[in-house]
Amino acid sequence: MSVIDIIVEPLQYDFMVRALIVTVMAAVVCALLSCWLVLVGWSLMGDAVSHAVLPGVVLAYVIGAPFALGALGFGVLAVVLIGVLRGTSRIKEDAAIGIVFTTLFALGLVLVSVIPSQTDLSHILFGNILGVSTSDLWQIGILALVALAVLLFKSRDFTLFAFDPVHAHGIGLNPKRLGWLLLGLLAVVCVVALQVVGVILVVALLIIPGATAYLLTDKFTHMLWIAPLMSSVTAVIGIYLSYWFDASSGGLVVVTQGVAFALVYVFSPRHGLLRTWRQAGRVRNNGAGQHSSNHE
Amino acid sequence: MTTPALEIDNVSVSYGEVAALTGCTLSLAPGQVTGLIGMNGSGKSTLFKSIMGVVAPQMGTIRVDGADAAKARRAQRVSYVPQSEDVDWDFPLSVWDVVMMGRYGLMGPMRRPSRADRAAVEEALERVELADLAGRQIGQLSGGQRKRAFVARGIAQGASLMLLDEPFAGVDKRSERTIIALLRDLAADGRTVLVSTHDLHALPSLADEAILLLRRVLYQGDVAGALEPENLTRAFGLALGGGAA
Repeated sequence: MSVIDIIVEPLQYDFMVRALIVTVMAAVVCALLSCWLVLVGWSLMGDAVSHAVLPGVVLAYVIGAPFALGALGFGVLAVVLIGVLRGTSRIKEDAAIGIVFTTLFALGLVLVSVIPSQTDLSHILFGNILGVSTSDLWQIGILALVALAVLLFKSRDFTLFAFDPVHAHGIGLNPKRLGWLLLGLLAVVCVVALQVVGVILVVALLIIPGATAYLLTDKFTHMLWIAPLMSSVTAVIGIYLSYWFDASSGGLVVVTQGVAFALVYVFSPRHGLLRTWRQAGRVRNNGAGQHSSNHE
Repeated sequence: MTTPALEIDNVSVSYGEVAALTGCTLSLAPGQVTGLIGMNGSGKSTLFKSIMGVVAPQMGTIRVDGADAAKARRAQRVSYVPQSEDVDWDFPLSVWDVVMMGRYGLMGPMRRPSRADRAAVEEALERVELADLAGRQIGQLSGGQRKRAFVARGIAQGASLMLLDEPFAGVDKRSERTIIALLRDLAADGRTVLVSTHDLHALPSLADEAILLLRRVLYQGDVAGALEPENLTRAFGLALGGGAA
């Protein structure tokens, strides 16, 4: 079988075409958002919000509301609860995050188990990329476009917020509002990626691409195209692997991203492990002679 | 009498039960460099945060050029050079990008730079002698250059009041002199500069005036007076040796 067959054969199935479209959309918006999350230091917050949306999604399903609305509600609830817990007790933030998101996630599990529905729990937890219907495609597409538009429109404000919120205050912006907007987008984007990799693995798509790009460049504007490119290419490879080896699609998408990250971590020409070692070696060799002269 | 560039009247800030500022009152004339002296925990950072709008005082008023501080901030009159330890130096931004952020308040909602914005950034970089390093990632600058990059951001912004939080920490003596010359130069333009510092040796060459702070203003006046032993003892307690706190 030729390479072309490997690529083309799955495309004769409509469900595969829909799967690939949804995967690329989710991969791109998640990757864009991840650039800011990684720099603000909100990776754990991404983890929390992506798990905490579960009860919201289930309740939205029950009352027939859009999933995004339920997810947004519970995503915001999680962030508020974390803030309240941290602000009104001696509990530190990491513990507050751990308590809130596991409790909300567990509530979601309970709701799924008592509410009769056609939606399989495993589809929500691990994704159901091969079961994307045309209406799912529309809903996900519209959400992805909205998130993309807001991210691009507010791109520079978010970067300022991540880099120097005090300066943002000083020029009359409201950093708190920018932070909430970013968290709201996080909840929306979770819904976009839910069907691809499931609630549990969404956070991978929200951290790995941004972290990978961060190791490759010192320019934020470059991160904004490296991350989505890396994310969509690896996600598509993951989907193809799952087709040919008949294995978990969400799992393979994330494993492929993880492998790509590992390669960059070792071989990145800018911030890779090999380069860091080489530089450390050079400093050691040069340092011996200069050591005394460096001190006053 | 001219309108003060910065007027702080009876400002009190407390975090929970801990009082950071209690009835702080001071006034800065335009076109001067003022040194803000106090030990750790004396309220210097809180004072800066109040002026920047990060912290809302429970009591008192802050006015910049006669206007309410929030209004002055929206009018791009206030700029801030953060302490080194408050900056993520690995952040993937170049010197040019950071200075351009000084212009954001003057741009449209998407912060797309116009030709005037680019010219202002270029001019500010030349003023602080960093034009050659505009493309460098900020972490690849020396300690003194990093400070000058943030000063350039305030220049590009066109701010009339510049706050600098410990600009001489981790900076070698030669860079310190360069920064002092730059700040004197900005004051000569009519800008008002408020510098918090531990470095009492630099004070005479840096500042026209000094303020000693210990949750409230203990002293405001000429530098020589601030350096009188009895004043320093009041500001730093008895643990005073050789100048630094």
